[in-house]
Amino acid sequence: MAKANDAERYAVATQMQLTWWRFRRHKLAMVSLFIVALFYLLAVGADFLAVSDPHEGDARTSYIAPQPIHLFDDGSFRPYIYGLKGVRDVKTFKLIYTVDTSRKVYLEFFGHGYRYSFFGIDTDRHLMTLRDPRVTDGIHLLGTDLLGRDLWSRLMVASRVSLTIGLVGVSISLVLGVLLGGISAIRGGWVDNVIQRGIEVVRSLPTIPLWLGLAAALPNDWSVTQIYFAITIIISLLAWTDLARVVRGKFLSLREEEFVMAAELAGASQTRIIFHHMLPSFASHIIAAVSLALPAMIISETSLSFLGLGLRPPAISWGILLQDAQNIQTLALAPWLLLSAVPVILVILAFNFLGDGLRDAADPYG
Amino acid sequence: MIAFVIRRLVMGVFTIWLISVVSFVIIQLPPGDFVDSYIAQLAASGSVISANEAASMRELYGLGQPMYVQYGKWLSRVVTGDFGESMMWRRPVTEVIGDRLWLTLVLSFAALLLTWALALPIGIYSAVRQYSWGDYAFTLLGFIGIAVPNFLLALIIMYFSFRLFGANVGGLFSPAMQMQPWGLAKTWDLMKHLPLPATILALAGTAQLIRIMRANLLDELRKPYVVTARARGLPERRVILKYPVRAALNPFASNIAYLFPYLVSGSIIISIVLGLPTVGPLLVQALVAQDMFLAGTIVLLLGVMTVIGTFISDLVLMWVDPRIRHQMD
Repeated sequence: MAKANDAERYAVATQMQLTWWRFRRHKLAMVSLFIVALFYLLAVGADFLAVSDPHEGDARTSYIAPQPIHLFDDGSFRPYIYGLKGVRDVKTFKLIYTVDTSRKVYLEFFGHGYRYSFFGIDTDRHLMTLRDPRVTDGIHLLGTDLLGRDLWSRLMVASRVSLTIGLVGVSISLVLGVLLGGISAIRGGWVDNVIQRGIEVVRSLPTIPLWLGLAAALPNDWSVTQIYFAITIIISLLAWTDLARVVRGKFLSLREEEFVMAAELAGASQTRIIFHHMLPSFASHIIAAVSLALPAMIISETSLSFLGLGLRPPAISWGILLQDAQNIQTLALAPWLLLSAVPVILVILAFNFLGDGLRDAADPYG
Repeated sequence: MIAFVIRRLVMGVFTIWLISVVSFVIIQLPPGDFVDSYIAQLAASGSVISANEAASMRELYGLGQPMYVQYGKWLSRVVTGDFGESMMWRRPVTEVIGDRLWLTLVLSFAALLLTWALALPIGIYSAVRQYSWGDYAFTLLGFIGIAVPNFLLALIIMYFSFRLFGANVGGLFSPAMQMQPWGLAKTWDLMKHLPLPATILALAGTAQLIRIMRANLLDELRKPYVVTARARGLPERRVILKYPVRAALNPFASNIAYLFPYLVSGSIIISIVLGLPTVGPLLVQALVAQDMFLAGTIVLLLGVMTVIGTFISDLVLMWVDPRIRHQMD
């Protein structure tokens, strides 16, 4: 009986349901979905999770090593970190902060920190703050950079920038890809030929030099937001070709399907056939292609910013954080700066697995 | 077959034209014209240029005339090998670029060869021994190769080699060899330094190619002709290498057209991290300093080299794979 029910459920399920059922069986892809969702949550709550203002730093606290949080103090749950102690360097007379294990600084959850705006709500609540506001030691979970800015807080805010640049870029590529791929398949003939040759040309260009050239030409006096959108557009200009190919291929193969012919015979208009019959049946393929295009976008932005030709400080992105870790002298002095690479690798890996799972699931009848 | 070659050739010429337009746009993009920035540059270093000289320079570059005239003038000079002068270095662009372009190509080509040399046997192994430990290990390695952008990989390797061996792994030559003229010793020195950057550069492409090769070969291995060959008592090695591998090679080979531009792109970034004397660091310096003739020329030359490389690989592919020779639309 249960079997029959299953078969029945299967028969009346929508395309999206079928895809989802199949996708759920792919363990690695499910885990990746979770990781990706987690990162986007982090991005939304970046300011809340940050412990100190990511733009503000104190040069005296530069290159402080990561401070681990000790959760229990005397057997009870009272998270603390060790405080910092200023020592005057005998040679340079500079005040240098080092960890002082004799002093415990207690932490508090949902306390007050720097002010920020959360979807229009002005607030100063943060996940973690120091219990005693008079203490000036910062919390540096992942250490600080040259200018004494907290790496953890910067990483949180950077995730927001880098992850959304991928989303915005992919949206632009998607519009271009669906439009050009669709036109190419539906019109056929010389239009198809021109678009296909165009795609081949774009794909045979070495992208990074071109991106670099275009990105470097952006005016210096543009605001962070303007640069952000310009970079997004530059990246997506060369990235739409894969999507266009997927869309075209799907359109061409679906045109031969019986349900399309049935709709044609029933007198449906071409627009109705495309948007009502064809598009829904390959939407899942598009989603899969998008989730494979996203990591490429994120890598592009990170690379450009890493070279100093993408986003520019005071903007914060993964590439900009990694820029600090560019030379071996810095890395030898502050190896934790390389930690900014961890989220990049995690997200890209997760997106790749997710895309793979989606692609497998996109053919629920296969 | 000739039609195919001609079509490729036309496409290549068109692509080069497109690249030349983009390069020209890059040269033109900074605000103000070239002579303005040249004068500003000179003024910054204390020297001046007379109004007459400025006017004759404007005339030479066709500034003030419509864009297409400027483009035409620029192109006609480029064709004769005159790429203009680098503002940053005060020397002709070709002189500044020097060996760097060839080293870029050598590096990219080495990475291409390495990609093939690694992906082919590993792909075959992974397909034939599907779900073995080796297969899983290579799959994992492959995913790392895809997920870690190559500049990050370069950074990480540099850090660990510094930590573990105290050695700087950057560069393409030993310090003593850097200034030497080209000769056997210098070439050998280059060969010794090439493997590491080439491996870093090749990893991402190799990872993708292994997956493609594995999937294709798996599809082939399930076909009835393989069973037939086996049933007739062919040795296993021959069963696999003689037919399915050759059939699975096609998409493998047709990917090269996109692999080469990808490698050239990647070489720019890892050259900067590893401090390699390719055009990469020069391009970024030029762009940051708005030395547009140098930057535009590098973009142009890289693009042209890529197109030529792709064209040659297409010809090789055609020569290797009879199906492409015969089924050209």
